[in-house]
Amino acid sequence: MMSPKWFLSLLLLGNIYQVSAVDISGYAGIESLGFFHNALDSQQHNHYLSGSIETEIYHEWDNGTQSLAFVPFYRFSQHDSRRTHFDIRELTWLKAADDWELRVGIRKDFWGVSESQHLVDIINQTDFVENSDTEDKLGQPMINLALINGWGTVDLYLLTGFRERTFSGNEGRFRPIPEIDVGEDRYEKYGIEKHLAYAIRWSYSIDNWDLGLSYFYGTSRDPSILVEENNQGNIQLIPYYEMIHQTGIDIQMTQDNWLWKLESIVRTGQGKAFYAGTGGFEYTFYNVFESALDIGIVAEYLYDSRGSNAPVIFQDDFFAAVRLGFNDVQSTEILAGIIFDRTSSTKFYNVEASRRFGDNWKAELEVRFFSSAPENDPAYIFRNDDHIRFELRYYF
Amino acid sequence: MKYLIVIFSILFSTHVIAEIETIEAVTEQISPEKKGLKIITELDKRDTGFGDSKATLKMRLTNRTGKESIRSLKLNTLEVIGEGDKSLTIFDSPRDIKGTAFLSFTHALVPDEQWLYLPALKRVKRISSSNKSGPFLGSEYAFEDLTSFEVAKYSYKYIKDEIFDGIDCFVIELIPQYKHSGYTRELLWVDKSRYIVTKIEYYDRKESLLKTQLFKNYKQYLNQYWRAGEQIITNHQNGKTTVLLWENYQFKAGLTDRNFDKNTLKRAR
Repeated sequence: MMSPKWFLSLLLLGNIYQVSAVDISGYAGIESLGFFHNALDSQQHNHYLSGSIETEIYHEWDNGTQSLAFVPFYRFSQHDSRRTHFDIRELTWLKAADDWELRVGIRKDFWGVSESQHLVDIINQTDFVENSDTEDKLGQPMINLALINGWGTVDLYLLTGFRERTFSGNEGRFRPIPEIDVGEDRYEKYGIEKHLAYAIRWSYSIDNWDLGLSYFYGTSRDPSILVEENNQGNIQLIPYYEMIHQTGIDIQMTQDNWLWKLESIVRTGQGKAFYAGTGGFEYTFYNVFESALDIGIVAEYLYDSRGSNAPVIFQDDFFAAVRLGFNDVQSTEILAGIIFDRTSSTKFYNVEASRRFGDNWKAELEVRFFSSAPENDPAYIFRNDDHIRFELRYYF
Repeated sequence: MKYLIVIFSILFSTHVIAEIETIEAVTEQISPEKKGLKIITELDKRDTGFGDSKATLKMRLTNRTGKESIRSLKLNTLEVIGEGDKSLTIFDSPRDIKGTAFLSFTHALVPDEQWLYLPALKRVKRISSSNKSGPFLGSEYAFEDLTSFEVAKYSYKYIKDEIFDGIDCFVIELIPQYKHSGYTRELLWVDKSRYIVTKIEYYDRKESLLKTQLFKNYKQYLNQYWRAGEQIITNHQNGKTTVLLWENYQFKAGLTDRNFDKNTLKRAR
């Protein structure tokens, strides 16, 4: 029997819920990550099961001009203790006025236009243990003031609190041998200078052009990897985070079925100054033969001025992909792409497919092959990591 | 005071009747093209001045075997006089696309400007607006069926008068003048007294009847603007239907250009 008191408090709770309109959504998923080749290191495994949950608790008031969002995320992974991790993806208070927006707290922000890699995007640290595609990001504490003008939006960022990149542990895949020693991470600057970064971005849309110009100063999100020998005579791989200046531009021109894209950066502070760029197009055939099918062709060129010495996989590479959008009730999509090095034999294949089941379930499949990388290519460490990832999520 | 109101309403209604009669009288002598344009111009004129609107929308998709799926959306519109309207569509369900938002600046003849916000990546993508004939969210609605109406988008021809569903209607033929349309022509049934659309037939590139859309449960807002509470579109070629159920219409909600920019797109709920 429910006592009247209980009933009353439930009723009150219900009322509060209604008045404050707290909106809860998110997903829970299970993932299977399987590898086609045996691991290079006997500590690693050939199959990993894992589960993840992300919830968004959202509340807005003041006619929608103020809001609070809280997005905790947790993944539990079999074997790999570093992949088992918790992160606050978002904990933000936002206030919007006529010509400005203030966003304070932990957030994620994306800059850029290209598909194959995101050079300009620098605000957030990559959550590399989540997915080898580097699209997942860690929440970044910040104060972000957007000034909204007729000639574009100027975003000012004070980034407060550095986040280290996540790397697989000794039992995890997608790692060099030995694994990267995240506990030994080093910095060019320590204390407040390590933790504070500054950024400014201007973005503007005019006719069929979308333009962005950005500048970042602070601790690099991409570490250099130092190779050292420790007291026991073992090799150690240590992430080293320098202070960098990075200036970036991103441009998209949208003309009929064409999207023309360019991203370019100049970075100083990690050895010699260098520049890098990604440029290309996406062309889409819509509603092919009135079948509702969209076929998109994506082609991009990826460049890094450091050439084959670049500590990145893509320095003189072409990316080509086909994107199929079935536009069915289940939103079935397939993306199949290849990145190949213009001069070496390195080829990287990627297939991603997703489909909704019922109203709340979504399945995602990813197959990736890195195995052709030659010994002098940074991708060589992934040569045995060809894999198939399947994830099933329930959205609520 | 009461008398004044009565006199006012008499004056107003006679004025409206007089106007319709003039159209009828004048249009009798003119070409079907001119008459068609005149009727559509009047329809457009009567819907001018609403300023802005907010509404929630349920889309019910039904396939040939009767299997249903539901999408919930919010739609904010800003009237831009002399240009196309601006609209912001916010997706609430299915849950995997919750928070996805679509911003569109409609233009009569130059391509629309469109941006899509993907909440998982926090990414705003400028997208091509050439996709006119493709389905919207897997429904029987094409993108071109849902963008704001502009007189300059079509050429017109008055066909005949016809009673449809007990309502005396003009039947007008519309031929899309914008690129990438999936239709060769549309037939519009326009209520002669209220100047609102009651039915549309869509003819595909092979000239066969592709879809029929019916507009039901019209309600008048601010004593002027008619909005259908229910729209039903049936695809005759695949047997699927989509029903739109509109709720919570709100006009002159104080929306401005600022509610239709990329900053708002990223935080719209």
